[in-house]
Amino acid sequence: MLCRRVIPCLDVANGRVVKGTRFVDLVDEGDPPELAERYAAEGADELVFLDITAAPEGRGTLLDIVERTARRAFIPLTVGGGVRSVRDMRDVLRAGADKVSLNTAAVADPTLVSRCAARFGRQAVVVAIDARRRASGPQPAWEVVVRGGRDATDLDAVAWAERVVDLGAGELLLTSIDRDGTRSGYDTDLLRAITSRVGVPVIASGGAAGPADFVAAIRDGGADAVLAASIFHRRTHSITEVKEAMAAAGLAVRIAAEPAA
Amino acid sequence: MTAPPAPNAALRRPRIAVVDYGAGNLVSIDQALDRVGADVVVARDAEAFRDADALVVPGVGAAAPAMERLARRGLVDPVRRWIEARRPYLGICLGLQLLFDGSDEDGAETLGIIPGRTTLLGGAPTLPHIGWNQVERVRDHPIFDGIRPAADFYFVHSYAGSPTDPEVSLATTTHGGTFVSAVVRDNVVGVQFHPERSGADGLRLLENAVALLRTGAWTAGREPAGVA
Repeated sequence: MLCRRVIPCLDVANGRVVKGTRFVDLVDEGDPPELAERYAAEGADELVFLDITAAPEGRGTLLDIVERTARRAFIPLTVGGGVRSVRDMRDVLRAGADKVSLNTAAVADPTLVSRCAARFGRQAVVVAIDARRRASGPQPAWEVVVRGGRDATDLDAVAWAERVVDLGAGELLLTSIDRDGTRSGYDTDLLRAITSRVGVPVIASGGAAGPADFVAAIRDGGADAVLAASIFHRRTHSITEVKEAMAAAGLAVRIAAEPAA
Repeated sequence: MTAPPAPNAALRRPRIAVVDYGAGNLVSIDQALDRVGADVVVARDAEAFRDADALVVPGVGAAAPAMERLARRGLVDPVRRWIEARRPYLGICLGLQLLFDGSDEDGAETLGIIPGRTTLLGGAPTLPHIGWNQVERVRDHPIFDGIRPAADFYFVHSYAGSPTDPEVSLATTTHGGTFVSAVVRDNVVGVQFHPERSGADGLRLLENAVALLRTGAWTAGREPAGVA
């Protein structure tokens, strides 16, 4: 049975991992390759590397750091931030990424999703969706936001999710901007609204405080994988603790083999 | 049945050619093979792998563009001849799928080394099949030495090869339906998962591959399928 994945996220600014609350009050949390190696040893199932200053600075992804990170961890690596073209995606894959995450550039030009999927296969194309709950309306609804939550798009998050899957996204990385950095748990309503409508795996992101939140994202939200940053960087909770809670809740998890001596 | 290793065989680093046909990430396979004691040559043309001890064909994505790019680099016939000459071949993910007759994904004709087709995973609750899943061995092979039964390996794909001859199946995995996740036939080993991204167990599998090359057991012990 396919295991539910636990994914530490490396938010990288100027070549360093920074605290998970995006863009504001950045706190240095370490060296990306070093943290990648640590998380792989601790049982992480995959890593997400987001170059959070690439898009605002209008530059490409930091390929040398991606490559150094890829060489230190023998687990899958998804890289996002600064990928605006098929050529950018090729460069990031060649630097050692297994999957590439598209966000702002996909909103600006949705054909980027289909062009990348046609070239590299849909399994390599992750679309990251940052969603913010709309204030009004009888039913809960979420709007897609870009540039780290600073710009609204007026796109409905559920409709956008369905559209990018049609275009060729093989996986969605779904972040609740309302919950991100708040340690108030994942937005399971948002997760369920999207996992009930798409057939691709969905990675839950934004709001993790403790192991119970990971269980809820999967059981109540229907997530296939769960991502967190600061609780792992700060060692508030270990990956093992999270996986033990998931296993106790009856979820399939990978218990990593001891690394060879 | 295995020839005794040459005196210095244990010290030698086998030369493994990793075929680069523009199908993405080669860093992880390069790094993993280096870690387990192989010298890696990235081969963009046939000349580059002529003197190698083994050929590794990695890759993800669809078959048709992959065959096109192999053809553009003049690699289709050399790869086929390599396999027909019974030289060691390890196919990973797409590098396994290309061994079959063709792919349902885009109708591509592939190498036709192993009878059968690449088909969509049946009954899968989510597609693509992304993540760690158990690889259940259906028979013994030294490539899995020291790896516990049903160990988890990393998968990222929607299609998998369906061999017509059940004898070539080495392991299976279940995601909704059950599919063949590793095959062996003569000198050819293929895995649908990514050992280079499967942590300690994946490195162990590649280390086993390197050990088989060092001792010559990869080819010496492998009788053609169907020959008792």
